[in-house]
Amino acid sequence: MSAKIAVTTLVLAGAMSTALATLAAAGPLTKAEAEAAMAAKKEKCFGVALKGQNDCAAGPGTTCQGTSTVDFQGNAWKFVQGGTCTSIELPGGKKGSLKPV
Amino acid sequence: MSLERGLSYAAAFASALLDPARLAPQIVTGPNGKAAGKRYDVYRNNVTVSLIEALAAIYPAVQRLTGPDFFRAMARFHVRSTPPTTPLLFDYGHDFPAFIAQYEHARSMPWLADVARIERAWLDAYHAADAAPLRPEQLAAVAPERLGDLVFTPHPAARVVRSPFSAVTIFAANRDTSPVGRIDAGRPEDALVTRMEFDVVVRHLPPGGAVFATSLMSGVPLGEAAALALAAAADFDIASNIAGLIEAGAFTSISSGDA
Repeated sequence: MSAKIAVTTLVLAGAMSTALATLAAAGPLTKAEAEAAMAAKKEKCFGVALKGQNDCAAGPGTTCQGTSTVDFQGNAWKFVQGGTCTSIELPGGKKGSLKPV
Repeated sequence: MSLERGLSYAAAFASALLDPARLAPQIVTGPNGKAAGKRYDVYRNNVTVSLIEALAAIYPAVQRLTGPDFFRAMARFHVRSTPPTTPLLFDYGHDFPAFIAQYEHARSMPWLADVARIERAWLDAYHAADAAPLRPEQLAAVAPERLGDLVFTPHPAARVVRSPFSAVTIFAANRDTSPVGRIDAGRPEDALVTRMEFDVVVRHLPPGGAVFATSLMSGVPLGEAAALALAAAADFDIASNIAGLIEAGAFTSISSGDA
């Protein structure tokens, strides 16, 4: 074991009793309350990841306009600032940027 | 058409789907045996677009951070080099965070790949098997002298994502459409992703919490996991971390280490 800190039974037992007291204070639902909460939520929809994901692509994707090699030319491709990344600051005071670095 | 012929036709048909520079395979023909290049282009485009749409649906915060134009260009590079390996769209894009991490145009956003990892963990948790979480009474029944050897079974949905950046804050601010204020990306943040019933919940772990959670989830006994967490963060709080993990539904059962 790489860790040199020993956690004694006493420390663990104290921590566990504090943890359990915290959980009890949060007020676990009774069985009836839990069942009511379950019933109120709609049934889980298996097999569907996110809305729209399995749909046939509509709109621009149904034409062949994206098939040309000119739609991604590496360096010639324009980086358009459209996102929220510019509000995020990096440690060096440098903001997120979509410009090639 | 025999199965064998069908499979070889499919392989030939698929051969040029992810490379727009290639001509339609010769086996693809229109009525009266005419060439069907344009028809094939439509099909090829729909394959690429549907996979880009799948990535956009799985990684909405990444798309909001970069804007749709940047996202779609980045996704297109990934789609063309990484075709799906299963027909399940929700399973597509596991390699996308690693792709983002080495994507040269995303280098100015070093936190972006970690945000993607949290989004991936979110979807994996969403589709994980259902399981009843560990109840506090089960822990209360353990004799104090056995606590140190206690081993926890992780819930199928539970995931930990660690980041040297403020990935949890950035993720949370960008998963919906509410305005994003200024965020300092420089604070390391670790995420705990769980799903108790139907709703995936992403929590921000306290110092040492990620070491504690990942240790317990990989079968390290409680006493040793606590020691590892204390070694990683001197202000690690055992009680609040145990309570937090139980409340989040990170585990399903406990056993003595020797069992």
